[in-house]
Amino acid sequence: MNASIMITCLGDLLFPEVGVAMVKLLRRLGVTVEFPRGQTCCGMPLFNSGFHHDAALVAARTVKLFERSEHVVVPSGSCAWMVKTEYPGLLKDDPALRSQAEALARKTHELSQFLVNVLGVTSIDSSFEGRVTYHDSCHLLRGLGESRNPRALLRGVKGCELVDLPGSDECCGFGGSFSVRLPEVSTAVLDKKLANVESTGADCLVACDAGCLMQMSGGLSRRGSRVRAVHLAQVLEWEGRA
Amino acid sequence: MSDAQLKTSFPQRAHAALGDAHLQEALTIATTKFIGLRKESFEGYPAGEALRDRARAIKEATLQQLDQHLERLADNIERLGGHVHWAATGDEARDIILRLCRDKGVRMAVKSKSMATEEIELNEALEAAGVKPVETDLGEYIIQLAHEKPSHIIAPAIHKTKGQVAELFSRELHGEFAADPEILTAVARKALREKFLQADMGITGANFAVADTGTVVLVTNEGNGRMVTSLPRIHVALMGIEKVIPSMSDLVVFLAILARSATGQKLSSYTTLVRGPRRAGELEGPEEFHLILLDNGRARQIASTLREALYCLRCGACLNVCPVYRQIGGHAYGYTYPGPIGILLTAMLKGNGAVRELAHASSLCGACKDVCPVRIDIPRMLVELREHLDREKIAPWPERMVFRAFRRLLLSPAAFRLSARAGRWLQRPFVRAGRLRGLPLLLGNWTRTRDLPPVAPRTFRERWKELG
Repeated sequence: MNASIMITCLGDLLFPEVGVAMVKLLRRLGVTVEFPRGQTCCGMPLFNSGFHHDAALVAARTVKLFERSEHVVVPSGSCAWMVKTEYPGLLKDDPALRSQAEALARKTHELSQFLVNVLGVTSIDSSFEGRVTYHDSCHLLRGLGESRNPRALLRGVKGCELVDLPGSDECCGFGGSFSVRLPEVSTAVLDKKLANVESTGADCLVACDAGCLMQMSGGLSRRGSRVRAVHLAQVLEWEGRA
Repeated sequence: MSDAQLKTSFPQRAHAALGDAHLQEALTIATTKFIGLRKESFEGYPAGEALRDRARAIKEATLQQLDQHLERLADNIERLGGHVHWAATGDEARDIILRLCRDKGVRMAVKSKSMATEEIELNEALEAAGVKPVETDLGEYIIQLAHEKPSHIIAPAIHKTKGQVAELFSRELHGEFAADPEILTAVARKALREKFLQADMGITGANFAVADTGTVVLVTNEGNGRMVTSLPRIHVALMGIEKVIPSMSDLVVFLAILARSATGQKLSSYTTLVRGPRRAGELEGPEEFHLILLDNGRARQIASTLREALYCLRCGACLNVCPVYRQIGGHAYGYTYPGPIGILLTAMLKGNGAVRELAHASSLCGACKDVCPVRIDIPRMLVELREHLDREKIAPWPERMVFRAFRRLLLSPAAFRLSARAGRWLQRPFVRAGRLRGLPLLLGNWTRTRDLPPVAPRTFRERWKELG
């Protein structure tokens, strides 16, 4: 099976280790991984701030870039949601592009959904050991309806103890440009989330979205917490202290 | 609150709310309780999900033929001996009520909780005209005594702790009252009883109005609504035109989900159905009944971006789950309707210019859409609203310039790669223990409270080659 990675802007620039873990993991599971070089960002920041014409230009470019891919795997729930639910609407004025966007939407998968729903994985061998808790990213949970797969995959790791996060379905306060437009509110929401995280006694906070990870890891390290925020791919393809 | 009173920016108002310890305590307790009650109520009610779809479909279909439904409603109310008034604006609605007060010699009006009367700022107008308005819903009574505005659609005094209410009552009602909800309720009840008997007019809103039967429906919990509609000699109901529903069987659908969404109740304690004034041989009810149908910017949205906001039942569920509302409460929004739906309603009533800042007061987390009884896609509409702000050049020009530049970056992989290199070079002075701190300009908004991961020494793109 072939899969193209949509690395996302944050994944490329700030969290390359997530992408590396994902590539190794997918290869271990027998997937031939490709990386279309021209990719940049899904355009969600433009879309969410109301710059829809601009977002449509980015979408059109992305649709063409992944035209030949068998599957597209995204390590971020919000970017997968953007491609799957917003691209066809953004490109509705051009029938050819729209149908290409619909095709891309069908073959694009958030990582945990790809692992479980497409590859049929139930458990993965990983050297990870420790107690983790899981944060439901808003777009993965409410946008793509996914809460089970990431948890099932974490439970499938032998040395991994998954503990419930109180209010796991509540927003971490990131919200893209919201986090810098209203930094105080964003931080107040984050503080509530991190208090919950610390109450679990977990070593690692796991999420499937680069945005939430940036927000939560930024808060954790600022408050000097011993909890590490990591991506699901990193737990499944553990390399010690990455 | 009128625009002129908004002397501060939204971030400033949010800042003040975040620093208010009483508000924070009250908000956390109340919203957490509401969330739990709603969740429990729907979990024990498997039919609820299909009823939500049905309710949405009824709203959709009714709006398609709003004129016909409203005319049928008006005809039926007039047949029952009531009077129907059409108000294109808030000003017109106020004038209609003030004229009624003048013509009928009204000196005191008791009110049941109504957001529509808040929307047209009726109390201020009544007072200016020498008519004393008395709020009889406990929460509304509290904030009227405190000279404040509601901060929640169904729990207007949600921002106050019971200690604050005890202090307020002790001061305003001249007594020594303990911070015990039961005692405080009894105090209010005693004070309000006299008012019900003295009032010449009862003013209510309307949760629904049934076109087929001319029935105005009030959903309340304290029984005050029933007294407002039955004791004074005149009853005036003010409702937004979108509140009309076709039939009694539609009403059943809405009643099954409204209280569950709002307070987690199967039904509210009182569901009051009013059909015109007292008829010959009846023992109670007002001598006169007036229904005012308020447009105030609603009709023009039927075929527009904010259309879905017209489905809103005013249950407040979206406020309770909104991470922003839960942090700052209702007053910080600055307008009659707070929370995520309030942003849309404010745009509807006051125009897009009024929500330049508020349109961004959402992380788009989608919790509101999830709990909305009629599944209004609030996040999607906020994004549409932002699109209008951009197109109408209401969004500040520096913002538009930044995003246009960002677009250019995303359309050019070469520029994107170059920006990674530039970022690595520019970030050097700010790296502390592998994290970015103290960044300038807009990024300072991030690093004041959070660290930021630096641009990686080698991006994924650069590492891909060796993964080959």
